[in-house]
Amino acid sequence: MTHVQHLKPFLKKTPFHEPMEAMMHGAGWIRWQGYYSPAYFDSTQSEYMAARNGATVYDVSPLIKYAIRGKDAAKFANYLVTRDLTKVAPMNVAYTAWCDDDGRMIEEGTLFRLGPNDFLLNAALHQLHWLNESAYGFSVEIEEISEQLAGLSLQGPNSRVILEVLGVQGIGKLPHFGIMETTVDGHWLRIDRAGFTGDLGYEVWVKPQDAIWLWETLFRIGDPYKIAPMGGHALEMTRVEAGFILVDVDYIGAHHAIRPTQRVSPIEAGIGWAVALKKDAYFVGKRALQKEKAEGSSRFILSGIEIEGRKPAPGAFLYADEKGTKELGLTTSAMWSPLLKKNIAFAQIPIAYTKPGTEMWIEIWYPKEKKIERSMVKCWARNRMFFDPPRKKEVV
Amino acid sequence: MSANRYDVIVIGAGHNGLVTASYLAKAGQKVLVLEAGEQMGGAAQTREFAKGYRTSAVAHILHALHPKVIADLGLEGHGLRATQHRIGTSAMLPGGGRLDITDDKAATQASINRFSPADALAWHPRMERLVRLAGALGSFLMKTPPSPSPAANDFQTKLALGMFAVQLRLMGKKDMLELSRILTINVADLANDFFESDVIKGMLGLEATLGVYLGPRSPNTVFNLLYRLASLSQKHGQGGFYLPQGGMGAVVDALAKAATSAGVTIRTQAPVDHILIEKDAAVGVVLANGEECRAPVVASSADPQRTLLHLVQPGNLDTEFLRRMRHLRMNGCVAKVHLALDALPDVFRQAQGRMVVAPSTNYVEHAFDCAKYGRVSDNPALEIVIPTLTDPSLAPSGKHVASILCQYAPYKLRETTQDEARSQVLERTLNVLEQIAPGVRNQVAASEVLTPHDLEATFNLSGGQWHQGEVTLDQVFFLRPAASFQQYRMPLPGLWLCGAGAHPGGNVSGAAGANAAREILKDLKKTASKGAA
Repeated sequence: MTHVQHLKPFLKKTPFHEPMEAMMHGAGWIRWQGYYSPAYFDSTQSEYMAARNGATVYDVSPLIKYAIRGKDAAKFANYLVTRDLTKVAPMNVAYTAWCDDDGRMIEEGTLFRLGPNDFLLNAALHQLHWLNESAYGFSVEIEEISEQLAGLSLQGPNSRVILEVLGVQGIGKLPHFGIMETTVDGHWLRIDRAGFTGDLGYEVWVKPQDAIWLWETLFRIGDPYKIAPMGGHALEMTRVEAGFILVDVDYIGAHHAIRPTQRVSPIEAGIGWAVALKKDAYFVGKRALQKEKAEGSSRFILSGIEIEGRKPAPGAFLYADEKGTKELGLTTSAMWSPLLKKNIAFAQIPIAYTKPGTEMWIEIWYPKEKKIERSMVKCWARNRMFFDPPRKKEVV
Repeated sequence: MSANRYDVIVIGAGHNGLVTASYLAKAGQKVLVLEAGEQMGGAAQTREFAKGYRTSAVAHILHALHPKVIADLGLEGHGLRATQHRIGTSAMLPGGGRLDITDDKAATQASINRFSPADALAWHPRMERLVRLAGALGSFLMKTPPSPSPAANDFQTKLALGMFAVQLRLMGKKDMLELSRILTINVADLANDFFESDVIKGMLGLEATLGVYLGPRSPNTVFNLLYRLASLSQKHGQGGFYLPQGGMGAVVDALAKAATSAGVTIRTQAPVDHILIEKDAAVGVVLANGEECRAPVVASSADPQRTLLHLVQPGNLDTEFLRRMRHLRMNGCVAKVHLALDALPDVFRQAQGRMVVAPSTNYVEHAFDCAKYGRVSDNPALEIVIPTLTDPSLAPSGKHVASILCQYAPYKLRETTQDEARSQVLERTLNVLEQIAPGVRNQVAASEVLTPHDLEATFNLSGGQWHQGEVTLDQVFFLRPAASFQQYRMPLPGLWLCGAGAHPGGNVSGAAGANAAREILKDLKKTASKGAA
């Protein structure tokens, strides 16, 4: 993460900046797509614990949002992304990847289906050029509407009750990945049940002018429910526990790759389930991905692993044997999970090793008393969703 | 429904479409050819442009029809007289005077000698060498270009590539180095290296830029010259320029007869609305009237943009591939002018059958300057033939037809409307003609101008580009129409490209059609043997 001091003249403030600034205890500002974004407010550990035991609020306004509308919007969206959108009803969110011609993943994100021909794509990277290129021949309008919406990600076991107290009717019935729109105290709200923590949680979207109202109301009514602001560092911990991948961390976005071989397919990135190879319509990269599947030419699958001991293992090599004669792959994100009390990581490993329980060896280099020491310990393949409580999808 | 089921559907009854259809039918396939227009031939047809006056509508000189195609399809048995009327070239000078290039070496030398004794001596050795170099490239006209990924090439393609390398080596060190030196340079520099007289340099400048959106000083124009010269060897073309009896339509008539006798069904006025796609593969076509025709193989002789951006509906091909197709350089810059003449000026009668007006490098370059800024050339460079001199039946008795290529009239115009462009082409062409044949303007009984936009509208040529994509170094060989898709097979399974948009490109050669047919048959054989196993 880049320190923001020298960028201050250029960074923009989200509609939530004022209240966030008031709660910012340290030098926690980092940049996210040209906006000030909090890495932490006070301490990463306390924010993490709040997310897992109470409720946290994270400003997701800098997400890049594209409205896709028009006569051919459904056809175009289904051509753009790997999921089969004919199976996604209006007012639902689809998590999906989109690929280049070679079936290499440009990015993944959530696509809101607001109506039969009305979509909203949320991306971490700018995609307008790609969307416009891909839309050739379709009757669609694509508009970046990032600053027309302000959003807070309200996550944690207490998130639902806070929204109930806020007065959102029927929030308990909103299914996982469902979207609803409502009005509270005269303010328009769009709420989708999704998030980056793997827990019960919602994203709440308002018009930018209602941002301060939303923040202040949530913190006022959320106080008894241990509501806390959260920064990107704690979010990073929760998303690794939840098994969610991040562009340019767990995989290189196809348009960022320096070498073509750096690019990965969604199958390799461990979200093969989101690739609807059998959908009726063609989508960008389908032929390449069908070929990869048919030939079994995926080089690896990004899987979860659990590691012996407590030493975090980012960027560590995995081996089939203790001597390290047969190299298997490399970890991407890694952390010690305070909640699970487990040493976890994502690792790019050959498909033959991905079955949960498969034993491997991992070489971890770690600092100890001003020296770098090496440890070769066991690790086991695991489901990448390390943290997956039933309440995530529960409807009450 | 079964009446509308075929083994292969060919879109477009241009010469390449008919060649592909004939080869496939001869190999036992049930082939349907669908032509949008009333008449077969595409850019190779003869049509009436004024009452009683007919001429080749687009291409008007035959020089590149590949001898192998003629032999394989027995075109001579179907009435083709390719080499009946051989024509020489006259470089016409505004204000009078001309230079004649004919088969008669001594006469040619004498003619050049009047402008430059040095050039008279240099002409034959220089041009023979260029033709020799071009010949080495020409051997790939009837071959499938290799794929950049070696594993994708079959034995035949590897062999062809090997033979090509051997051939280059056999040219000897001097020729090989010369080819490497000149291949990417501009024709103005080459002409300066070889000759001293403006008239020769201007003529070469036009030869090298005819049909491309480039001027004589644009890079890679020597390549275009070599490409043209390749067809002037008897191995790869007619070995010279010929005016087909009955116009270019007569060539297509022979092709159509060959196709029909091989069992091909040809339907005219049957425009294809789109390609029928099921389970991500082409399975036929839907006509404009809604009728469906089905076949597991669809070969399109329409240009790559028309085929892949329009006939294939959106959502069936990948984004980057489509971007490549959209960005193909297809800026047509040649307009066709047809004049019905009450009487033929003597200047035209005395000159050789093919006249060019391009008196100097600067003349052509200045003409290009206009095109560069989206205007019709103030003083266009011209290629003129009088088809009625060899075939009087094309006009009422005693009358004549002039068929003229007017370069440059760009497709992409700025601040000029289509109608303005059309009248400018006619007016400026007549102005130039007046300078070589004073009084000719008064003989014009009727005229027709086909600007690139008209060519696009009439013959479905995207961008009004004669060659379905400019034939330049970056758009030929294994880059035509795009890298990795050069072997006639398009990314949509079942869809093939068999027109000039594929290797080896334009001219009435039939090579693209023949190559595509060969690749399709190879594929059918492979699928059949897989099915049997």
